[in-house]
Amino acid sequence: MINPNASTILSVKNLTANVDGTQIIKGLNLEIKSGEIHAIMGPNGSGKSTFSKILAGHPAYEVTSGEIMFMGQNLLDLDPEERSRSGIFLAFQYPLEIPGVSNRDFLRVSCNAKRKHESLEELDPMDFDDLVYEKLELLKMDSEFLDRGVNEGFSGGEKKRNEILQMALLEPKLGVLDEIDSGLDIDALRVVSSGVNALSNENNAMLLVTHYQRLLDYITPDYIHVMAEGRILQTGTKELALELEAKGYDWILEGATV
Amino acid sequence: MSIEVKLQGHELTDAEVNPTIAASKAQIKVDRTAYLTDLVKLRNPEIPDWMQQTRDHASAIVQELAIPSSRDEDWRFTDLSALLATQFKSVTEPSALGFEQIKSYMLPESVNSRLVFVDGVYAADLSAVDDLPEDTLVGSLAQVQEFLPQVSDYFAKQPGGEEVFTALNTSSVIDGAIVWIPKDQIVNTPVHLLFVATGTAEFLIQPRVLIIAGSGSDVTVVEDYVTLNDRAYCTNSVAEIQVDNNAKVNHIRIQRDSKSAFHIGKTAVSQARDGQYSGIAVNFGGAIARHNWEIYSNGEQTHSQLLGLSWITDDRTSDTHSLIAFSKPHCTANQINKCIADDKSHGIFNGRICVPKLAQQTDAKQLSRSLLLSPKARIDTKPQLEIVADNVKCAHGATVSQLEDDAVFYLQSRGIDSESARKLLTYAFATEVINEIKVDSLRTKLQEMVRSVTEA
Ligand SMILES: Nc1ncnc2c1ncn2[C@@H]1O[C@H](COP(=O)(O)OP(=O)(O)O)[C@@H](O)[C@H]1O
Ligand SMILES: [Mg+2]
Repeated sequence: MINPNASTILSVKNLTANVDGTQIIKGLNLEIKSGEIHAIMGPNGSGKSTFSKILAGHPAYEVTSGEIMFMGQNLLDLDPEERSRSGIFLAFQYPLEIPGVSNRDFLRVSCNAKRKHESLEELDPMDFDDLVYEKLELLKMDSEFLDRGVNEGFSGGEKKRNEILQMALLEPKLGVLDEIDSGLDIDALRVVSSGVNALSNENNAMLLVTHYQRLLDYITPDYIHVMAEGRILQTGTKELALELEAKGYDWILEGATV
Repeated sequence: MSIEVKLQGHELTDAEVNPTIAASKAQIKVDRTAYLTDLVKLRNPEIPDWMQQTRDHASAIVQELAIPSSRDEDWRFTDLSALLATQFKSVTEPSALGFEQIKSYMLPESVNSRLVFVDGVYAADLSAVDDLPEDTLVGSLAQVQEFLPQVSDYFAKQPGGEEVFTALNTSSVIDGAIVWIPKDQIVNTPVHLLFVATGTAEFLIQPRVLIIAGSGSDVTVVEDYVTLNDRAYCTNSVAEIQVDNNAKVNHIRIQRDSKSAFHIGKTAVSQARDGQYSGIAVNFGGAIARHNWEIYSNGEQTHSQLLGLSWITDDRTSDTHSLIAFSKPHCTANQINKCIADDKSHGIFNGRICVPKLAQQTDAKQLSRSLLLSPKARIDTKPQLEIVADNVKCAHGATVSQLEDDAVFYLQSRGIDSESARKLLTYAFATEVINEIKVDSLRTKLQEMVRSVTEA
């Protein structure tokens, strides 16, 4: 929901970034306000996942110029864990499997790291169970998932649900959801998107990263950005998605190469 | 002594070819032989009659042997010179311990199925075996023969008895733990064999275990080595396990000897037709630790499972040499060996699997996974498959890796700092083995132990 008086959550200015010496992000600008849902679309290889991981602080990506302000502080000064605790959440395109750590323990440790940061009392396993069962319902997940290793042997769709479950527990200011729809059948897509919709409110913001329009049938963005070759080439409202659906990306890409 | 005999020979000796080399070789040979002979002298002369012959036989074997050096293929990576530099003592007056001192090692599941040995000496007052089915015999090996004459048919009868440290143990044996499960007996209570080192002196401790699972029986045995103090003592243990037809033995071996100690341990298992052996070996202790784990499958359709975990720090060494020797068709084995090496430690795994012509339809899997936590740590891992039969499935794999950056980042992105993330991932690597321990209190205790190491 767009509210001109809402506070700015994320502000990215002229961002450039390298991986292994190759420039991948080439001057990216983006501003996200409280209550808004944004979608970044663009062809494969345009730098969407790279940008998402930069927001979360992945050490493989080197920011070479520009700035990222998050809730008034310089995001680039923060370690990945500090970013998470201050309210950035990245749902991974490919969530990792961690056999040997139970999903329940992982979720609790993670939740408590955030609570500690906010000077809240840490949850003991009992209290945590109450909290997590409530969130499981939102994602129509069986409690059996809690006793398995983190993402261990989960199907693609189960992994994505588990990502949103984590978001539900961490209640971030900014949720960055990288290809949250990939590998989902239509039922799973419904569950995941209704989860995201339920979690989205006037005090937070979501950034959906996708190269399919399909997700946007379930989650309605306020803004759509088209990304190619490490830059945002065009920004529009949800009608832009329909235009992209009809005409593809080429007309924007052509228009931009000057 | 053998060295003198050699020098009297008429062939051209090393001494005539190159006196310097010969002198140094002879020196080492003498040292390692003499040192071993001295270890035998530490034994207690009092011995039950029925063990006498076995012990004498082993002494004769030891006379021909020496402490291995890195030139012995089986000891290539494990340097025993620190052992040779230590003067061990015999346990002349066993320490009297109270429950207070061993309480933290006792298992609630085994309050009445526990044998305790203090510095290798049976401690009757700390042991309790009231919880076991009537015909089951769990107790001191020395005293058992009176009730169970058949025990001599099994004692020191496993293959591999001529290996130097096994023979040393047999040459010095006076007692040990016997676990005798009669035919078709299902023992639900785990039997806890607790070997406590007091760590009060540089003792040479030589525990002995004999487990006989009669046909169709089922038993869980925890063989547990613990210490009360940090000291450079030496544990040289031998456990022999007989799994009769269709019997099932769950064997959990926990080695948490002192980090300054030497631990050399042998597990020799024979499986008869349809026998199932499931072993978990956890190695945490020892400045130098070696586990020789040998499985002899003697019947059709045996199943063997071996899960190993070594976790070493500082400049310590942990070495597992395993052997799975098949001899009949239709047998299966599944082995996973994990090693975590931190600081400047050195982990070694040598996994030998023998599948002779007769052992058709064998299905064996071996996986070695190692985690290097420090650039100065070292891992040597080697599968050694000797397959003659042509119709078999044998899979093996080995990985040596560091913690994955992406896994660390995933945890960080959930608010967990990188240090804790690394510890959590290390914990996860280790608990995959520990989680398989079916004795709840022990599993929980080891999980906590591993967690506290990772959270320290
Ligand atoms: N770790 C990396 N090492 C090398 N190249 C990378 C790495 N990560 C991404 N890239 C490259 O950066 C470009 C953008 O990739 P990515 O951000 O994954 O695109 P998208 O998510 O839009 O499909 C691609 O050309 C990809 O090959
Ligand atoms: Mg991507």
